[in-house]
Amino acid sequence: MNTTDDEWYDEEAGPLVPLYAVTGGRTRPSRYDLDLITLVVAIDPDAHARLVEPEYADVLRVCAYPLSVAEVAARLSLPLGVIKVMISDLIERRYLIFRSSWQPAAPDLDMMQKVLDGIRNL
Amino acid sequence: MASATSEASEAVLQAVTVKILIAGGFGVGKTTMVGAVSEIDPLHTEEVITESSFGIDDLTGVERKSTTTVALDFGRITIDPELVVYLFGTPGQHRFWFMWDELSRGALGAIVLADTRRLDDSFAAIDFFERREIPFVIGVNCFDGVQLYSVGEVRQALDVAATVPLVLCDARERASAKQLLITLVEHVMARRGIVG
Repeated sequence: MNTTDDEWYDEEAGPLVPLYAVTGGRTRPSRYDLDLITLVVAIDPDAHARLVEPEYADVLRVCAYPLSVAEVAARLSLPLGVIKVMISDLIERRYLIFRSSWQPAAPDLDMMQKVLDGIRNL
Repeated sequence: MASATSEASEAVLQAVTVKILIAGGFGVGKTTMVGAVSEIDPLHTEEVITESSFGIDDLTGVERKSTTTVALDFGRITIDPELVVYLFGTPGQHRFWFMWDELSRGALGAIVLADTRRLDDSFAAIDFFERREIPFVIGVNCFDGVQLYSVGEVRQALDVAATVPLVLCDARERASAKQLLITLVEHVMARRGIVG
């Protein structure tokens, strides 16, 4: 964004308008139960990136390899609420696929043992 | 690169992600601990929230909405391609409970870092995890190796159950941070073992 004399806000205000404009003002995803650690990955990001708005194309590009929702937000310096809406939109268009995080409602001692061994071996 | 993408797509369907929270008061060393064990430099993300504020510093007395930014720092430990652990430092401010709710949803457990000079700062986190029955351990961060109180004294001051592990640590040290994580996972497994 180029700074012009006409702008009434300064840089510290950040890119206030474009962020929420791109999601139509929505900050809560509607359909998918996305957690901070839900993994997402793009399907054919190069081709699909050409079909979407630039902000969405950026999401597809960083998701060329699996990343958590929180990592996508951090990489693109976008608020979590915004990135969740964008990811939901892309899932809906089938440009992204996702896998929900592990839910401890079903205790899995084998998995925890793997976590424990992994941390011990750090 | 089509092949890499399909491999990646395959991987995302198999990988399991686990969340561990690092909680405690402001400046107690949460991000430091994340950085001590994370394979990547701690990442930073933010949530922008809108909150209503009544006019403490609003001379007109009119209710206003203001936006606040809640910062989250987190790191990652890839145990293998199918298992990734994320460590989240929780926001220090107690008023961001909603953020804590999302953070703790599905979390394996939590580490509450405590500073003996400011034990009061740990109460909110302890209370939060106790009420939601999220397993947690307490790490008493000894800055510069200074240990002012014994483990027993700290436990008494924090008023936590004897079943909650409480260990002395140095959040800057990788080995110490690792030990805290190990203590937490063992504690979670012991609890599950009893429940199951």
